Amino acid sequence: MEIGLGHYLTVAAILFVTGVFGIFMNRKNIITILMSVELILLAVNINMVAFSAFLGDLVGQVFALFILTVAAAEAAIGLAILVVFFRNRGSIAVDDVNTMKG
Amino acid sequence: MLGLQAFFFYIFAFIAVGGALMVVFARNPVHSVLFLILTFVAAAGLFLLAGAEFLALILIVVYVGAVAILFLFVVMMLDLDLAQAKKGALKYAPFGLIIGLVLLAELVVAGTGSVYQPELAKSTALPMPPLYEMSNIRALGSVLYTRYILFFQLAGLILFVAMVGAIVLTLRHKQGLKRQSIPAQVGRTPATAIEIRKVESGRGI
Repeated sequence: MEIGLGHYLTVAAILFVTGVFGIFMNRKNIITILMSVELILLAVNINMVAFSAFLGDLVGQVFALFILTVAAAEAAIGLAILVVFFRNRGSIAVDDVNTMKG
Repeated sequence: MLGLQAFFFYIFAFIAVGGALMVVFARNPVHSVLFLILTFVAAAGLFLLAGAEFLALILIVVYVGAVAILFLFVVMMLDLDLAQAKKGALKYAPFGLIIGLVLLAELVVAGTGSVYQPELAKSTALPMPPLYEMSNIRALGSVLYTRYILFFQLAGLILFVAMVGAIVLTLRHKQGLKRQSIPAQVGRTPATAIEIRKVESGRGI
């Protein structure tokens, strides 16, 4: 059985939906939400690479590289904000964030 | 007959999906991070099967080597209350499930509604050179450093801003710390550095 574009897209779709579900399910832990965002970005990357491979177009891989860069920057900034938030509040629950408003 | 490529594709795909589910459902954040690493390694395998060798290795270097370790570091640095995190975790699960199912339905509709046309490959923006002519990393580099040089530099700028931002956010100035002050050292003159006293004989200072 030949592996086609649909196979890759299916895996990416499942990863994407898992990431979205993870964002909504974890209300006590911002770290897991950040990890879910990483999963979503990974799903997008799989789509990019799959289309790039099956259409024979190199642009998809170039853009996957840029998505990777932005994902790394986002993780660094997000975790830094998380550390500052934990120092201020002593917890990382999502429900505590609304006390931060000025 | 299952081909070798299909065999490895299914192995990597199931590891990736299972790892992603465990990231979401694991109670302990440390386990979540470790399953995230597993998912990324499996995704790198998928990239390899698709022919994107450079991206596969970059995925391992950047994600497993940097991002996942950063996550692990933060998880272990913060003293998390795991017992408190357990209760009330499933309160929003039905809502998330509905959102996820709606998104999945949209993706299925979008995926099955359009038809993959092989002739589209002839009108691509940047045709991929065949592997016997040019390796994947070389083809990527020949495009990235010429046509996309502006985006490449912008990506570098984004990383720089992220680095500065992360440092600024987490930097703490501790009070009562003795530091070397180079201007004060350089600015010393003999008048301020040396004190000449007259010592009387037999008395000392």
